[in-house]
Amino acid sequence: MSNPATLAAAVAGASAIAKDLAGPRGPKPRAAFSRRNIILYGTLIMVALYYLLPLYVMVVTSLKGMPEIRLGNIFSPPMEITFEPWVKAWATACTGLNCDGLSRGFWNSVRITVPSVFLSIAIASVNGYALANWRFKGAETFFIILIFGAFIPYQVMLYPIVILLREIGLYGTLTGLVLVHSIFGMPILTLLFRNYFASLPEELFKAARVDGAGFWGIYFRIMLPMSLPIFVVAIILQVTGIWNDFLFGVVYTRPDTYPMTVQLNNIVNSTQGVKEYNVNMAATLITGLVPLAIYFISGKLFVRGIAAGAVKG
Amino acid sequence: MSDTSTPRRSPQGKGEHGRRPNTLFKNLNAKIASIPMILTALCVFVGGTAWTVVYSFTDSKLLPRLRFVGLEQYERLWSSQRWLVSIENLAIYGVLSLVFSLLIGFVLAALLDQKIRFEDTFRTIYLYPFALSFIVTGLVWQWILNPDFGVQHVVRSLGWESFVFDPLYTKEIVIYGILFAGLWQGTGLVMCLMLAGLRGIDEDIWKAARVDGIPMWKTYLFIVIPMMRPVFITTLVIITSGIVKLYDLVVAQTGGGPGNASEVPAKYVYEFMFRAQNLGQGFAASTMMLLTVAIILVPWAYLEFGRRR
Repeated sequence: MSNPATLAAAVAGASAIAKDLAGPRGPKPRAAFSRRNIILYGTLIMVALYYLLPLYVMVVTSLKGMPEIRLGNIFSPPMEITFEPWVKAWATACTGLNCDGLSRGFWNSVRITVPSVFLSIAIASVNGYALANWRFKGAETFFIILIFGAFIPYQVMLYPIVILLREIGLYGTLTGLVLVHSIFGMPILTLLFRNYFASLPEELFKAARVDGAGFWGIYFRIMLPMSLPIFVVAIILQVTGIWNDFLFGVVYTRPDTYPMTVQLNNIVNSTQGVKEYNVNMAATLITGLVPLAIYFISGKLFVRGIAAGAVKG
Repeated sequence: MSDTSTPRRSPQGKGEHGRRPNTLFKNLNAKIASIPMILTALCVFVGGTAWTVVYSFTDSKLLPRLRFVGLEQYERLWSSQRWLVSIENLAIYGVLSLVFSLLIGFVLAALLDQKIRFEDTFRTIYLYPFALSFIVTGLVWQWILNPDFGVQHVVRSLGWESFVFDPLYTKEIVIYGILFAGLWQGTGLVMCLMLAGLRGIDEDIWKAARVDGIPMWKTYLFIVIPMMRPVFITTLVIITSGIVKLYDLVVAQTGGGPGNASEVPAKYVYEFMFRAQNLGQGFAASTMMLLTVAIILVPWAYLEFGRRR
């Protein structure tokens, strides 16, 4: 026991045992209805109600008929539930001359989101992999430019991209918008993947190198299968981000290729005709359903995604 | 994109050790794979930004053209009532949303950190608005704040006939109506970041403070918050860079109205670039936005990265 290290270990061990013997750990349990608990849970519940209110109002309004909305109170539950507004919002609501409802925008959004997510993640994961494992001279510089790019207001780059897209003949097409999403998704995703790949044990990479695997071999056979969780995080991040985008949609597409958010805004904020609030709220809710579903299904992974992707702003 | 499949055929990056035929071919695959990143960084981020800044000194109208007029666009910008309103709105929105989202976010995080039950449920509820787009957020709050059907109507029908709460159609306070919606959408994120920060604080700090008999609020204020400095700074940068981009929310909630009362810089840029076909003004306004971000970002980057090296 002369060695101080063993001594310290022994003391630590003893205290750990003592801790275990001392009974349940953590703070002393409190009475369920102490004043502190009432205030604490009261506040939390009040705040939670405030946060839930808009969702509730959306649901309730979208299930009412227009006469009931004109008479009643936006917070009261519907007396007569009708799904008419939902059907109308989906299939026959008008934007300009088109009267085929939100379904058009929905399918446009799907056709934008799916390839954008795939392409941006493919590019960014390879970038991150190259940055983490195959550093070349100057790579860091480009990476830093990329990260700074995440903070540059998009407005600064809007017009140059219009010119670029026009030059390659993609302005106004869905492909063009997919390209734009891939470009602007790159900074944060590259950061995400670079940090993840850098955290993997280096021996793995070295062993593969010794066995003769090359750049793509290691990527497809080792890195890809090992990093499924981070891919899921990236997918969540991108799907919600791209689905919710408005600015790029309104700048880089034409009315018949508008994504859902743009079309929704046009339906609700159109100045012509009688305002049908129930249809508007149904449309709003339908647009919000995709990210909400992802949010509630993914749970903790979503939080991880935004913690990593928060830089995006 | 198309180049991701070609490099497989090219020779492996030989010469990692030993003979080096040419440094250009060292690590060739990694370089080829990074072409999209390099192109994006150079052509879009650096090139695009520089392009816009250069053209902000020209008199471009419908199409960009290189006829330099010095600072004329900026003079016109700063004498435009609409731009001044946008800046004022952004300043009010920015300062208040920064203060309130930090305050609310931190308080909520501190409350959730009290080893409570159903923490996951509460957190899920507080964060869900963040999954929604600004368009959805704006439209919902437009409906709730609607004077004829929303909060004002409900309170009046309860008997308080003279109750006035109509932020979206009152020029002076319209930006607060937007702030309300913005806070609803964004505080969940701040809460999450703060909660992560609080969880990173050593339990022993709390024990020590308790042993010393320091009241809880004092521990938060004088010990925990100073320790969370990096988290606060990151959050600050995140919120600010989001504030400067404020656009969709205004478009959805008020469309910039009533009149131009809720105009913001990002919307000003869009209007001049794509509606009014006065590109020069749009470029000048967007360059001002860039400058704002740079003023915030450069000191932060200096602190963050300068210290480590």
